This record gives sequence, C-alpha cells and structure tokens, in this order.
Amino acid sequence: MEWVVFIPAAALALAGGVGVVVARQPVHSAIALLVVLVALAVTYLLLAAQFIAALQVIIYAGAIVVLFLFVIMLLHARSGEGPVPKLPRQPVAAAIVAALYLAVLLVAVLDASAPFPPPPEGFGEARQIGAALFAGFLLPFQLAAIILLVGIVTAVILGRRPEGEEER
Amino acid sequence: MVPSFAYLALSAALFTLGAMGVLVRRSALIIFMSVELMLNSVNLAFVTFARMHQSIEGQVVVFFVLVVTAVEVVVGLALIVDIFRSRESVDVDDVDLLRG
Repeated sequence: MEWVVFIPAAALALAGGVGVVVARQPVHSAIALLVVLVALAVTYLLLAAQFIAALQVIIYAGAIVVLFLFVIMLLHARSGEGPVPKLPRQPVAAAIVAALYLAVLLVAVLDASAPFPPPPEGFGEARQIGAALFAGFLLPFQLAAIILLVGIVTAVILGRRPEGEEER
Repeated sequence: MVPSFAYLALSAALFTLGAMGVLVRRSALIIFMSVELMLNSVNLAFVTFARMHQSIEGQVVVFFVLVVTAVEVVVGLALIVDIFRSRESVDVDDVDLLRG
C-alpha cells in the first residue's frame, strides 16, 4: 500500500534531481529543486516524520527556494554559464565517476538496511522532537540560535553597498 | 511496506546526482542548488535510520541540518551576489584570481 505513495514520490524526486543538474536556466533548476523538496516531504510522511515533513515544506520550499528565486531575478539573465567550457570532456568523466560512486554507495546502503520495526506511539510528532531538543540537545539548540544570528549579520554586511558608492 | 533499502537507495541516487551537479556545472547558483540536493538526500537517510532504529535523534539532527542549511544559503547567496557585483558573472571558471 505504501508503494502507491512511495513510487511516484521517488520518481518525482529523481526526475527533479536530474532537472536540477541538467537544466540550462537557473530558474528551471530552482523549480526542479522545489519538486525534489516536496517529493521528499512526502517520503518523510511515510517514515513517520510528520514534524520534519512540515519543516521541510515551510523552511526549504517556502524560504530557501524563494531566496534562490530572488537572487536569480536579481542577477537577471547573466546568472547562467559562459558559452565555452574549459574542460571539454568533464561531463563524461563526471558521469563515470558518479556511476562508480553510486555503486559504492548502494553496496554500503544495502549493508546498512534492516527491516522497519513498528513505530512507537507518537513517534516523530512535534512533542517528542521538542522534548528531545530541550533534554539532550539544549546546547546545540542554543548554538543554532547563535548561528542564525551570525547568518543575519553576515547577510546584512555582505549585502550593503560599499562605502561611498552612489545610490542608483 | 516499503523496505528501508528503497529509501536509502533513493537517498544515494540523489546524493550522487548532487555530487555530479557540483562537478559538472559552472554556474555558481546551480552548484549551490546541487549542494542543497546532497544535503536533502542526507536528511532522507537520517530520517530513514531514525525510523529503523526507533530513535528520535535522527530527526533532531535533521532539524539542525535545516537550521545550518538556511544560514548557509543566506551567506552563500550574499557571497554570490557580491562576486557578481565585482565580476559581472557567476560562472565559477571566471573566478580564477588565485590560479597559479
């Protein structure tokens, strides 16, 4: 029964992943990334991670992809690539390396996979994650707040006009 | 019941795609999106292992990955915009001042 949900979600995620890598326009890559993010949110629901699925849609799809789209609009048409690649055979070499890498990963993953036990009561709900955050992960949680502050300050400083530059 | 291998294989495939995007593409924006793809595939693996071992810590780690990713995107995009202002390009091949 779960396959009915999993197969379309996995197919969408893979198609979106290919789209991110091969799209010519950065805008198309961003839309493909959005497809991947939503499809992964569906698989999180199958894995009893409701809270993470909600976060995925709100933070990733809602905030991060929008930020990408803003920057693509800001940089306008020149956000793509120059016409001439400096390494002509790079895609072929990358495809071979990627295939080998995928094979290694699949072997490792096959070794690590085990059958799922039935999930405990309330597994993956916001209550349980909140309890874990404030019990065992209090220090990382506080550090996350500091990291967010650092990110805000950095963005303000980097985004500022250089001293003395005229308003356009 | 979908076996855990299906989820982990999906995660591995997405990670490989992201790695390939980083290797092949030259637009800094698309390289950045490929990095997001890799981070997401790792999140999927974390959630799968959390479910497999019935331990919520895996999902807590995903929460932290989300926070760090948000900051990384903000800082990274600010850097890309800054580079674009000085060089009028986001092609990583054009940023070669340190090349010997």
